[in-house]
Amino acid sequence: MDVTTLLIILLVGAFATYFSGDKWAPKVALLVGLTAFASALCLLSQYNLGNEISYNQLWISKPKIYLAFQADGLALAMLLLTTALTPIIIFSSFGNTYKNSKAFYALIVFMSFAMSGTFLASDGLLYYIFWELALIPIYFIALIWGNGDAEERKKSVVKFFIYTLAGSLFMLIAFVYLQSKAGSFLISDLTKLNLSSTEQFWIFMAFFLAYAIKIPLIPFHTWQAKVYQKAPTVGTMLLSGIMLKMGLYSVIRWQLPIAPLAAKEYMYVFIGLGIAGVIYGSIVALRQKDLKKLLAYSSLAHVGLIAAGAYTLTLDGLRGSVLQMIAHGFVVVGLFFVAEIIYRRYETRKIAEMGGIRAQSPKFTSMFMLLVLASVALPSTFNFVGEFTVLYSLSQVNIWFAILGGTTIILGAYYMLKMFQHVMLGETNAKLFADVTFNEGLTLVIIIAVLFFFGLYPKPIMDLITPSLENILTQINRFN
Amino acid sequence: MNTLIAISGLGVLCLLFEILNFRKAIVPATILGLLAVLGLTYTEFNTPASYYNNMIVVSKFSSVFSALFIVLTVFLIALAHDVYEDHQTKISDFIAIKIFMLAGAVAMVSFGNLAMFFLGIEVLSISLYILAASNRLNVKSNEAGMKYFLMGSFASGIILFGICFIYGAMGSFDVTEITEWSRSAELPIWFPIGISLVTIGMFFKIAAVPFHFWAPDVYEGSPTLTTTTMSTLVKVVAIATLYKLLTAMNADLSAAYINIIIVISIASMTVGNIMALQQNNVKRMLAYSGISHAGFMLMTLLSIKNSVSSLLYYTTAYSLSGIAAFAVILYVCKNKNNEDIVNFNGLGKNNPLMAAVLTASLLSMAGIPIFAGFFAKMFLFNQVIDAGYLVVVIAAVINSIISVGYYFKLILAMYNKEPNEEATKTPFVFYAVAIISILLNIAIGLFPSAVLDLLG
Repeated sequence: MDVTTLLIILLVGAFATYFSGDKWAPKVALLVGLTAFASALCLLSQYNLGNEISYNQLWISKPKIYLAFQADGLALAMLLLTTALTPIIIFSSFGNTYKNSKAFYALIVFMSFAMSGTFLASDGLLYYIFWELALIPIYFIALIWGNGDAEERKKSVVKFFIYTLAGSLFMLIAFVYLQSKAGSFLISDLTKLNLSSTEQFWIFMAFFLAYAIKIPLIPFHTWQAKVYQKAPTVGTMLLSGIMLKMGLYSVIRWQLPIAPLAAKEYMYVFIGLGIAGVIYGSIVALRQKDLKKLLAYSSLAHVGLIAAGAYTLTLDGLRGSVLQMIAHGFVVVGLFFVAEIIYRRYETRKIAEMGGIRAQSPKFTSMFMLLVLASVALPSTFNFVGEFTVLYSLSQVNIWFAILGGTTIILGAYYMLKMFQHVMLGETNAKLFADVTFNEGLTLVIIIAVLFFFGLYPKPIMDLITPSLENILTQINRFN
Repeated sequence: MNTLIAISGLGVLCLLFEILNFRKAIVPATILGLLAVLGLTYTEFNTPASYYNNMIVVSKFSSVFSALFIVLTVFLIALAHDVYEDHQTKISDFIAIKIFMLAGAVAMVSFGNLAMFFLGIEVLSISLYILAASNRLNVKSNEAGMKYFLMGSFASGIILFGICFIYGAMGSFDVTEITEWSRSAELPIWFPIGISLVTIGMFFKIAAVPFHFWAPDVYEGSPTLTTTTMSTLVKVVAIATLYKLLTAMNADLSAAYINIIIVISIASMTVGNIMALQQNNVKRMLAYSGISHAGFMLMTLLSIKNSVSSLLYYTTAYSLSGIAAFAVILYVCKNKNNEDIVNFNGLGKNNPLMAAVLTASLLSMAGIPIFAGFFAKMFLFNQVIDAGYLVVVIAAVINSIISVGYYFKLILAMYNKEPNEEATKTPFVFYAVAIISILLNIAIGLFPSAVLDLLG
């Protein structure tokens, strides 16, 4: 068994979901998601046993393009994140009904396929294809099943699409240029190139445009809040939980090893951009009146820190950012799900119209509280492990970065707890709030369990990712 | 050569069908005939030869492109039955004209003598003038025919003028002799002038900026099926012919010539795209989009020695997605008197399959993977960067981004607006043509080597 099995399961699953009809589509999609997760676990165990799970075959002879999938620890970790979150996201949507649900769920599964491919591909062009493919389903999910006024939604979704496409096309030029130097798109060839520092600078910038828009980093973030708000919650979860991790992952996998000189030379600029995102996102989040928008800006702050960690070019920085990617993926899905649960009962996302939920639904309150605590990186949660490692690596570069980046914890705690207070506490709300159903509870419990388990015992993930990060680090330092 | 004779014979046969009153069978019979010709072309693929004192030269290049033209014509003729259902009495004329046009197209890519080249271009053009004006009770169609005729004959005149100069310089119409002579050091000044004139004439035919002014009006006014023909088959024929001419006549393009191509290529992409953004009529929009694609295809001339595969790939991808898109447009605008974007509102609800096909073909034209349009652009960029023209590639990429704007206007109308009216029944052939061509497009996207290696 190699990694293509998993991709085939997801691709075939997407079609199976579509053809199973509106009634069965959610269940089939869930089944496909779970099968994919199981096969990802299978791959993991094979990898740990030392078996070959990569796949490599010539696809197009001129120019040389390979169907090359390489699963190292880092890719596997991201693959596990994707395949674990996909069934959770699908399951979380069971309380809603969508018209034309066969297409809806098929798109979700297809997107999961494209994102898994992005994490696994080790040929630049193949990677680019998956990268772009992931964009099409989310475009339609947000456009057709989103909420709010159709005209306004259209505007924000099209902006998102054109932004991300524009960024990635420059990445395509960079890849084509690299290919003309190296003779193939394989990452193993690209990281061997001896590029001059000017070339590296331009290539780095072309990649940066693609990733900074996707992640998003300041000042390329303007698409984000609107799209998160307008997309259906499932779409928001896919975007924030997995898709923006594609950008962060690609920084570590492609950008840094291919153009390390530029990364070193302008390190302060890029770390600075990340930190600026942290502070900007936190301050703007403070003032949000819409729950989903608040979460969007908090997400902006968190990913800023993750990117800053990656751009430190230290092992701790890379490791911290990968850990934080996974942790953030789970916590953000959980938080958006909480927003959705409230929306199902109160049909509003305005924080001012909530409040006084605590007394009516103790179970929901405690789960929400745990998620908020995880999000602000309370010790013993997974997020603490990630965030602390990143801050530590920043302090090694420059103590001021760590101090400024550390505001994420203080400001984060402030706006998240304030939000919690306004949403949940206060006098008991006149409107009835039913406590979580079994399905909703199960979803939240799974997410919380993951966050706390790895918060207390992060070693398995550390062990999984560290060797591949060390490899990447040697590639980054090959010019010294 | 056999291909050309067989096609001409088929055209005559179509006219005879009318006399014999076989009108009903004409479409299927012609398609079968064309498929047989396709087989004939296949046999010629590996046997290069020249006929009639080098008038016609059959090479790999000519037979592969002929095969592409035949496939496109099959699609066009398959669509004809339902399009001309109100004009059943004239159907054999329409189909015969299309077949003769195909004969002209084949002559244009397999000429060995400039006289034959001119003959081909005239056969093709005259058929098109008739087709453009074929809706004779419609003012717009008449206008389109007239405009196309004036502009087209003007371009033909310039081409002829250029051919005269070339003859004056070389003393021969024969392409092989001209090629040999053009390698010598001392070339008379008439020779580059002649080539420039011929090139200008061909720029008219492919509607490259600044010779594009006829295209939007003619595309809009002509009957939709003719627009389909012009934007797919004819565009491909013209660019392939230009490529063949330039490779044959001077293998090393001078620096000045290259600069002009760069300017025209970038101008075509940019003007075409920016004008397309403002259109509300789908046919006009696709006309401008065609102008910008012409700019992309001209980029192949920058590395003329080894870009034939990417030219073939680009033209195949572009024309297949064009056929698919126009099949849907024909269906949507069948009983409407215009082709405004409003007509596409809510197609995603009324007819999800057709909406999906149109979406896929637009995505292919915009260059989104995994559709063939993406690979076409990618191979092209690859080639041009190898040849050292990074600036052109950057301009092309910026244009790809702009183009998404208008392609998505149509996609948004299909999925984000409410339908104006109830769904209508779709004739089977529209489905068949649209789906087969888009599947072919995806297939060559998944297996690009199948096309690339033909001329590799």
